[in-house]
Amino acid sequence: MAALSVALTGNPNTGKSTIFNELTGAHQKIGNWPGVTVDKKVGVIEHNGRKISVIDLPGTYSINARSQEEQVVSDFFKENKPDIVVNIIDAANIARNLFLTVQLMENGIPLIINLNMMDEAERHGIKIDMKKLEDAFGMPVTNTVGRSNKSVRKLLDVFTNAVMTNYEPSELIKKHIDRVHKIQQSGLAASKVEEEIISARYDLIDKIMASAVTVSAAGKTLTDKLDSYLANGVMSILLMIATFYLMFQISFNWIGQPLADELGGFFEESLAPAAAEAMAEAGVADWMQSLVTDGIITGVGAVLSFVPLIFTLFLCLSFLDGTGYMARVAFIMDPIMRRAGLSGKSIMPLVMGFGCGVPAIMGARALDTNKDRMITILVTPFLTCNAKVPILMLFAFMFFPDNAANIVFIMYFVGIATAIIMAKILNVTTFKGEESTFLLELPPYRLPDIKTVLLEAWDKGKGYLIKAGTIIFAMSVLIWFLSNFNSDGMTEDMDESYLASIGSAMSSIFAAQGFDTWESGAAVVTGVLAKEAVVSTLGILYGADELSTEDEDIQNSAQALLSTTMGSVFTPLAAVAFMVFTQLYSPCVTALGTIKKETQSWKWMAFAFFYTCAVAWFASLIVYQGGKILGFE
Amino acid sequence: MTLNEATTGMTVRIDSVGESNLKQRLMTMGLIPGTRVEILNSAPMGDPIALRLRSYNLAMRKADAAQIQVSQV
Repeated sequence: MAALSVALTGNPNTGKSTIFNELTGAHQKIGNWPGVTVDKKVGVIEHNGRKISVIDLPGTYSINARSQEEQVVSDFFKENKPDIVVNIIDAANIARNLFLTVQLMENGIPLIINLNMMDEAERHGIKIDMKKLEDAFGMPVTNTVGRSNKSVRKLLDVFTNAVMTNYEPSELIKKHIDRVHKIQQSGLAASKVEEEIISARYDLIDKIMASAVTVSAAGKTLTDKLDSYLANGVMSILLMIATFYLMFQISFNWIGQPLADELGGFFEESLAPAAAEAMAEAGVADWMQSLVTDGIITGVGAVLSFVPLIFTLFLCLSFLDGTGYMARVAFIMDPIMRRAGLSGKSIMPLVMGFGCGVPAIMGARALDTNKDRMITILVTPFLTCNAKVPILMLFAFMFFPDNAANIVFIMYFVGIATAIIMAKILNVTTFKGEESTFLLELPPYRLPDIKTVLLEAWDKGKGYLIKAGTIIFAMSVLIWFLSNFNSDGMTEDMDESYLASIGSAMSSIFAAQGFDTWESGAAVVTGVLAKEAVVSTLGILYGADELSTEDEDIQNSAQALLSTTMGSVFTPLAAVAFMVFTQLYSPCVTALGTIKKETQSWKWMAFAFFYTCAVAWFASLIVYQGGKILGFE
Repeated sequence: MTLNEATTGMTVRIDSVGESNLKQRLMTMGLIPGTRVEILNSAPMGDPIALRLRSYNLAMRKADAAQIQVSQV
């Protein structure tokens, strides 16, 4: 027997994903719908000896194809006839949720109407008569309790037993469909027709609500009380800063970084020597040993050691998102973001940009309009991600030992200010006239389902592991090759390597910025591959021992480097110019690859590369030449 | 008056939704003539505003709320 195909559809914030996760557990595959950056989630399970394939359609308010998600759902129903379509409804929000239900019925799609979170609805004074709702639509009505596994598993029995051909739309629905047909044939303008149909749908919903649902006043809910602090007035901003501060503390200081240090130590101190020893014993060629230990293990290890940190950050963000708080953050930040030409919803990806640009760029897909999405993607690279911090720290400690923290803080500010200015400029040039809107549901606060939080964090974070295995692996080999070889073969002297040639070619570009040495040119090039590489490249090339990229050791590294030629080549002013340049220039290759993927365009990826480089070049030029005029050195 | 002029705590009824690119989206979200809307709270500088209608909460900018004609109930 062929697998039973089940499609889940419903509004956002209905607990649909939680139901999908409970149904399919780990047996799910997440991919992309063709041509768009909307997740496609499919899971195959077995129940009562029957294979069931469940597809989780993106959450939408309608199927009018105004957004990518709506397009996906609308296309799906045009091209597929699943055996069973389940319409998941947030019982507490039934009136607006039924809009999609009615629209699906108009399209002749038989439905199982599943009321989720009935318990919460009753607390809000909403009582639904399931029998009457069944009569109103002529379709079967079931119910589930938010996170209860048992109630969700019951759905599986419903799926295997349901014979959808036994159900027929009620007279009420048939009459509504006739009315819609009449409106369509009325000869009104297309937009008027659509508006009349929307009104007709709510007319019908009001009728159904009157017969099957009783709403009694429930007084102030917990959500109302929380919102009077978390989404109201200036106080809400302070609470938001405290929340994010706590999240960064957890990710960077309490859980993520200690784990990252352990892992990094393992790669450097245990794995690399062990591998070297094993290869020496096996008589592997010297160059091969060097490639594996200095190239691959060091390069891939540097990225892998960030994995715990990234996962902790994603866990926190998924949790916050699941509670409904992120919608409030977008709400209270909209006044500020709007003035920069963005939408409040951009705040989520931008906050992530201070950790890593890759998830930030991916997060921009949640934004409403093309303009908001594109500007957010294009300004994210200016922010100070994790990998840039060591560069700033190193230079600050080397050249401004008394003011290091202030200098680093100023560089963060340079990044933020550039992002805001460029957002504003892009807003009035490239994306001029395009709309930015802000229409956002504020869902009730809920304790998120742990399984859903874990799965979401894993789904977002696994890209990092893939990055380590693919791009970083290849780049490590490449950097190793470039710094150890020249046209005559392998070289001991790095000054003669390909990297030195590339570096000196690059350095002429920076003649007016005060850092025109081949070493800094090479560091800029390797920094495009991964920003972490800037510090290590400078360290290797200037002959100090391997530099650490961990904060505590930066001070020692700075001391070590200051005694090399680097201390005399860079003036303090040139150091500031270099910091400004590395803070602003090209996103790393992984981020560029993500931009390509998210914008579906090589053109935008190239634009992101060239315009950030141009901004960085001019900014560092202004800093250096301006500083000279002002009498700095 | 228009929806952006209603103050926090006020309950109003929608009379009409003005023409704009957002009109159909607003209507889809349940902002139909006759719908009762309560103004709940607002972001720091008073904009955007949070509304309750049809038993759920929705946030929108004042510029968009200005397209919606309402009367107090």
